[in-house]
Amino acid sequence: MFRKILIANRGEIACRVMETAARMGVRTIAVYSDADAQAKHVAMADEAVHIGPPPVADSYLKGDRIIQAALDTGAEAIHPGYGFLSENPDFVDAVEAAGLTFIGPSADAIRAMGLKDAAKKLMEQAGVPVVPGYHGAEQDPAFLAAEADKIGYPVLIKARAGGGGKGMRKVDDPKDFMSMLEGAQREGQASFGDPAVLIEKWITTPRHIEVQVFGDGTRAIHLNERDCSLQRRHQKVIEEAPAPGMTLEMRTAMGDAAVKAAEAIGYSGAGTIEFIVDGGDGLHPDKFWFMEMNTRLQVEHPVTEAITGIDLVEWQLRVASGEPLPMAQEDVPLIGHAFEARLYAEDAARGFLPATGTLTHLSFPDVARADSGIRAGDTITPHYDPMIAKIITHGPNRDAALGALLKALEDTRVAGSLTNLPFLAALCRHDGFRRGEVDTGLIGRDQDALTALPAPSPQARATAAIAALGLTNGKGRQGFTLWQPLTHSVTLTHDETPHTARVTIHPDGVEVDDVSRAKQLDHAVSGDRITVFEGATPHVFTRVDPLTAAADATGGDSITAPMPGLVKLVMTTEGAQVTKGDALMVLEAMKMEHTLTAPRDGVVATLGAAPGTQVSDGDILLTLEPETP
Amino acid sequence: MKLTSQALPGSEQFRANTAAHEAALAQVAEAAALAAAGGGPKALERHVSRGKMPPRERVANLLDPGAPFLEVGATAAHGLYDNAAPCAGVIAGIGQVSGRTCMVVCNDATVKGGTYYPMTVKKHLRAQEIAAENNLPCIYLVDSGGANLPNQDEVFPDRDHFGRIFYNQARMSAAGIPQIAVVMGSCTAGGAYVPAMSDVTIIVKEQGTIFLAGPPLVKAATGEVVTAEDLGGGDVHTRLSGVADYLAEDDAHALALARQAVAGLNRTEPATVEWQSPEPPAYDPAEIFGVVPADLRTPYDIREVIARLVDGSRFDEFKARFGTTLVTGFAHVEGCPVGIIANNGVLFSEAAQKGAHFVELCSQRGIPLVFLQNITGFMVGRKYENEGIARHGAKMVTAVACTNVPKITMLVGGSFGAGNYGMSGRAYQPRFLWTWPNSRISVMGGEQAAGVLATVRRDGIERKGGTWSADEEAAFKAPTIQMFEEQSHPLYASARLWDDGIIDPRKSRDVLALSLRASLQAPIKETRFGVFRM
Repeated sequence: MFRKILIANRGEIACRVMETAARMGVRTIAVYSDADAQAKHVAMADEAVHIGPPPVADSYLKGDRIIQAALDTGAEAIHPGYGFLSENPDFVDAVEAAGLTFIGPSADAIRAMGLKDAAKKLMEQAGVPVVPGYHGAEQDPAFLAAEADKIGYPVLIKARAGGGGKGMRKVDDPKDFMSMLEGAQREGQASFGDPAVLIEKWITTPRHIEVQVFGDGTRAIHLNERDCSLQRRHQKVIEEAPAPGMTLEMRTAMGDAAVKAAEAIGYSGAGTIEFIVDGGDGLHPDKFWFMEMNTRLQVEHPVTEAITGIDLVEWQLRVASGEPLPMAQEDVPLIGHAFEARLYAEDAARGFLPATGTLTHLSFPDVARADSGIRAGDTITPHYDPMIAKIITHGPNRDAALGALLKALEDTRVAGSLTNLPFLAALCRHDGFRRGEVDTGLIGRDQDALTALPAPSPQARATAAIAALGLTNGKGRQGFTLWQPLTHSVTLTHDETPHTARVTIHPDGVEVDDVSRAKQLDHAVSGDRITVFEGATPHVFTRVDPLTAAADATGGDSITAPMPGLVKLVMTTEGAQVTKGDALMVLEAMKMEHTLTAPRDGVVATLGAAPGTQVSDGDILLTLEPETP
Repeated sequence: MKLTSQALPGSEQFRANTAAHEAALAQVAEAAALAAAGGGPKALERHVSRGKMPPRERVANLLDPGAPFLEVGATAAHGLYDNAAPCAGVIAGIGQVSGRTCMVVCNDATVKGGTYYPMTVKKHLRAQEIAAENNLPCIYLVDSGGANLPNQDEVFPDRDHFGRIFYNQARMSAAGIPQIAVVMGSCTAGGAYVPAMSDVTIIVKEQGTIFLAGPPLVKAATGEVVTAEDLGGGDVHTRLSGVADYLAEDDAHALALARQAVAGLNRTEPATVEWQSPEPPAYDPAEIFGVVPADLRTPYDIREVIARLVDGSRFDEFKARFGTTLVTGFAHVEGCPVGIIANNGVLFSEAAQKGAHFVELCSQRGIPLVFLQNITGFMVGRKYENEGIARHGAKMVTAVACTNVPKITMLVGGSFGAGNYGMSGRAYQPRFLWTWPNSRISVMGGEQAAGVLATVRRDGIERKGGTWSADEEAAFKAPTIQMFEEQSHPLYASARLWDDGIIDPRKSRDVLALSLRASLQAPIKETRFGVFRM
């Protein structure tokens, strides 16, 4: 076994690898960019090496610098995690050239699977079923259109070097083919430097089922499947294992195909064979096709770990250090059911825009496994993937595991950034998903309902009001009066709507508006911001401080001369749109130049003085058009 | 030494006592609710429709949320002026503002425009007196039309009338007690001096006005036609006249500015007593209702009450074997050391001497005094007069009058005759005087007073050779008994501000703790006693 390894990654996967390494007595080296100097993975590692500025191209993709860091610190091997350099065969070559071990497959295996069309050809030769489609080198648009006609609409155009949903287009109608093709080529060029595309049949009720494989370079076994059909624009959202409706026959067929695929390229380490399955009429062994192979540890590997009890990172380290496959195929267990939900900092209600912010509060329930590279107080920056955590639950059956996932999501506390937590919980409550009727189109069909944010309940509003006033809800001599209880008011903004709550403090509890004796929900307070956790929805309230609000209030409709003086400069004109604080005039008086600024946002109605005019104290120099309410 | 209660909470007596006290409390609670409702829903609606906060919410939003508020004179003017001035038209009390203990005085404009009835003046002055004695910053939430004109003879001319308010402001400011005014409505005529005499004044935009004479009087006097806003609105006073210092957008902003002003006062609490960590009593204060007999004439051991007021129910009784009708001793209330003087029967010479001794002791040590008053008076009769009970009583009265340690008096039963003096009645200027709903106060009992009058009457009739039947005597006595009954009731007393308010006896410990906390905002001055008649 290695004594020291370097992890060429960041975030949760770096932390994940370090946990297992630490358990196995392997020392770890972290690498980090400027943005990650205080990150969790740096704190967890035994040593850490700075590798560059925040942009990934200057840090986490700098293979030479990372290899040098490994050499400098005496690491024997490099674990690439996922993403970044994990599927870059040139990096693998460089690692090996430096005399280090790459914890993963060979460069050749990566190359074999790296180009989608070549990979499919290879799989066809190995007897693995592939989706009808064109995977050739000919890229003439008219030729491609003809191929699409042959396959039959709808078709999917994919960037050849693509992944992660980039450079993908679904085409329903032949007349849209050309414009969609252009888009896919453009994205392929921008994202991967390669405009070439392949065309596949679009499967109407497609399910994404993948098989975890593990090889030692010659032999391979599979560790059952995962269903990753819950996707949003080809991004996985919730994964589970085993796949709903899976039969032993189907599993055997898919597992055999996957092992065949891995062995065909002499695969070593953890890999995943992705299949597309037509789930329109249950699962049938003749209705799955090879899509691609991911030659690395997958984000969703924990669900496989949950149902097999295997630590995949441990296996990676053991196989990479020369040990044989730790288990025979027939000994691979399958226990119960597991789910993984990906918690992201993103604004689900506004088209899943990535969100940023400092997570003033972050906690996960003990009952779930939470893989996270972020701690409370850390900041989500725009530099990297905005994933906060993966939340994994396991149960004796699908219902139990899904119930546990919903409960875990409801008990997850994040404040400081918008997250997709309410969306994940809505998915867990989705009737179709609960019945196991999953396909890759589910989220798209029900997106509006799934991303609709529930309004805070009166109890959530009450909680915010009580927290804003700093009340402890009836403890001590709180709210003591001789006779009548006192009623405070506090103004809170939620979703840009202000509301003034009336809070009456009774000896036996607090009454907020019409909620008597309000029981407080879980919440977090950071300055004027109160986050109330209700179900899996964190409602964010902002306390309006009358002192601040008044300072922001408008400053009137005109500028008057503060003292007698000479108008030196006029920097605006009648009809001009001005913003509060804009410098509009300069008045010279007592040998000083006084800048006069706009009292509020508005339009200049009249100018009362031209440059050179002598004015008296109190003269109106400028007026703004009245505000329209 | 921990007190041991003899009370039996499950007993018939205990339940009967509780029921009687609850009935008495309900009567007071009703009066307090009436007072808190101010000028009633219609007037309140009009008030709120002008963008103003209800008066009690103004007080609440000035105070630190959840911090206790010790209201003074909560049922003042109850039953007076045909009930036209609930709560005397002004809310007063001690609360915490930005962490500092302050006196808040808030006009209730829903009550006759916040004008000053005689009791309004008396209550305002009492609030100021509390502030002055206890060194509490004053915050005036002003919304008042000034003196109530139909009652001008009883509010304007005398020493303790309207003018005294501004005199007090000046003297308190001179003594370093901050005076802060928030003008949230009218401040007319004399009322204009409240903000003008304050150290810091905040005024609400297009709502607060300050002027010596309002637009109608100006027009009558000089013919000038002017709007209230142009005459003395917030803009005028913060920009032109300088009468006010801060311009607030609305009530909420004004109160936030007042909180900011208090936060910046740069005041520290004086070191006064040696605090201990607070500890709840071993016996539940809520049991007071059960342990105190419903009938004032039924004797009981006052230690049952003490056990439900003091920390850990621990009481270091002083001179337990001497003058046993007066219980004296040391204890702590929420960590504050106190000397307790409590009646346990009629006062004899020994008890009076013991009381004087104990007051001297506490004065020497700077320990605040708590009086639990339940006194029918000093013992009467030849034996007692001859041994000089008046001389011994005078010693106790002298000691109580002269001591400079804070005195908190609680009327837990009767307060009759000279016993009231020795036990720090209102005239002896305790920092606070609270009463229980079952308490009664008068120069003597109604029966005794009627008896005295009847004896005089019977002597007169019989001297003229007439006869007076028992029925005739009873009929003669009835009105006197009735009058004493009515006038000795705590609601009657509190309406006239003979005390600082009636309290729920179960809250006595809280009230004592808050009163002590307020009292200790002022340093304890050295005591110099007068000549004791030995």
